[in-house]
Amino acid sequence: MTGHAAETVTSAWSMYRAIVGIGAFCALVIVVVFQSTAERIRDNQARFLAAAISEVLPETRETVAVTRSENGRLEATSDSLPLPVFLAYGSGGDLAGAVVTAQGMGYQDNIRVIYAYSFAENAIVGFKILESKETPGLGDRVEIEPHFIANFVALDVSLDSSGTALKNPIVTVKQGEKNGAWQIDGITGATITSEAIGNLLNDSAGSWVPVLERDARTIAPPESK
Amino acid sequence: MAKKTITPTDEFVKGLWRDNPVFVQVLGMCPALAVSNTALNALAMGLATTFVLLMSGLSVSLLRNFIPREARIVCYICIIATFVTSVDYLIMALSLELHRALGAFIALIVVNCLILGRAEAFASKNTPARSLLDGLGMGIGFTLALLFIGVVREILGSGSLFGYPVLPDTFQTWTVMVLPSGGFFAMALWLLIVNRIKKKAADAARKPAEVTA
Repeated sequence: MTGHAAETVTSAWSMYRAIVGIGAFCALVIVVVFQSTAERIRDNQARFLAAAISEVLPETRETVAVTRSENGRLEATSDSLPLPVFLAYGSGGDLAGAVVTAQGMGYQDNIRVIYAYSFAENAIVGFKILESKETPGLGDRVEIEPHFIANFVALDVSLDSSGTALKNPIVTVKQGEKNGAWQIDGITGATITSEAIGNLLNDSAGSWVPVLERDARTIAPPESK
Repeated sequence: MAKKTITPTDEFVKGLWRDNPVFVQVLGMCPALAVSNTALNALAMGLATTFVLLMSGLSVSLLRNFIPREARIVCYICIIATFVTSVDYLIMALSLELHRALGAFIALIVVNCLILGRAEAFASKNTPARSLLDGLGMGIGFTLALLFIGVVREILGSGSLFGYPVLPDTFQTWTVMVLPSGGFFAMALWLLIVNRIKKKAADAARKPAEVTA
């Protein structure tokens, strides 16, 4: 090693060698880690979704993923969609309900939720937040506040006489002012988040419930095992 | 001037207290303040950072004669980003819940100045073994500091510790402690305590010297 501090010019070759060499090494490491964890990550995501489905609709035994075709008909799908929708079947193979994931803008970032629609009650009967970055202690109370969660025991989403739109749009009202089965009792201090949930449910249910009501019974239930 | 020999133990211990990255060097404030709202988040963030510190310290030290000075920053960042990406996948494979809680801050470990700082100031000039010890010490020091902040914030802000309730229900939780500003309050509290202890120790060390002089 030379001890003097004289300026030595680094050759372009040694710089190329270092940057390209390290780049290639790093790419290799990332690919190896990605390949070796991909399967477990997929499993985790599937388990997470399955747990969420049975949480919002406990009688679910089997599910069929569905999507809307280009002409607006409901059809079974095997693709993994960003916002999947499932028809849920109970132990007897009967249609227990539909489980829909939806997304909308909250206070900080997108809120992603999953909810269960009951064909028998024409209502949302289960609800869970999958992903939210709402303010801790304020907006995130939508996940724990008992009176807010109680909104989703039976939130009315019945259709109007034409069968193409909700009879009453879902709206979030001020805390304690709920007087209709289609209203969401909001949370003081989490106004924006509770309104965001009302809006995203209204949009999602408004577009999915008419299609589900019309076509869900035409979809073949899964082969019972 | 006689140069004091630095033992490998010194390399490890200095990160824990004397050169603690958070309380003394005040580095890596973004994750220290943002992800310390619960003790568990703080612990996970600290461990993820420790892993990146160890791996990047080792790699930079092994490659220190191969990396030309002019291109060192791009090489260090590339190495650090690789290990951060790996940690991101590993945490996702371990627990999606944890990944949700840490959110964007995992990716932001790349720009944690503590890691680039150790690569530049230490690993690029020392052997791999010493760099590993330095990284381990700094990482544990960082984790402990985050944990200290996280414990205070979780107890006061949520009345719990690692998710278990520790305060009676009658306790009115301080919401401000789980908000970003709570991070500054807890940080200031610990800086006050650490600096007071350090000052006392320094005073005590100077006293005998003054007497003999």
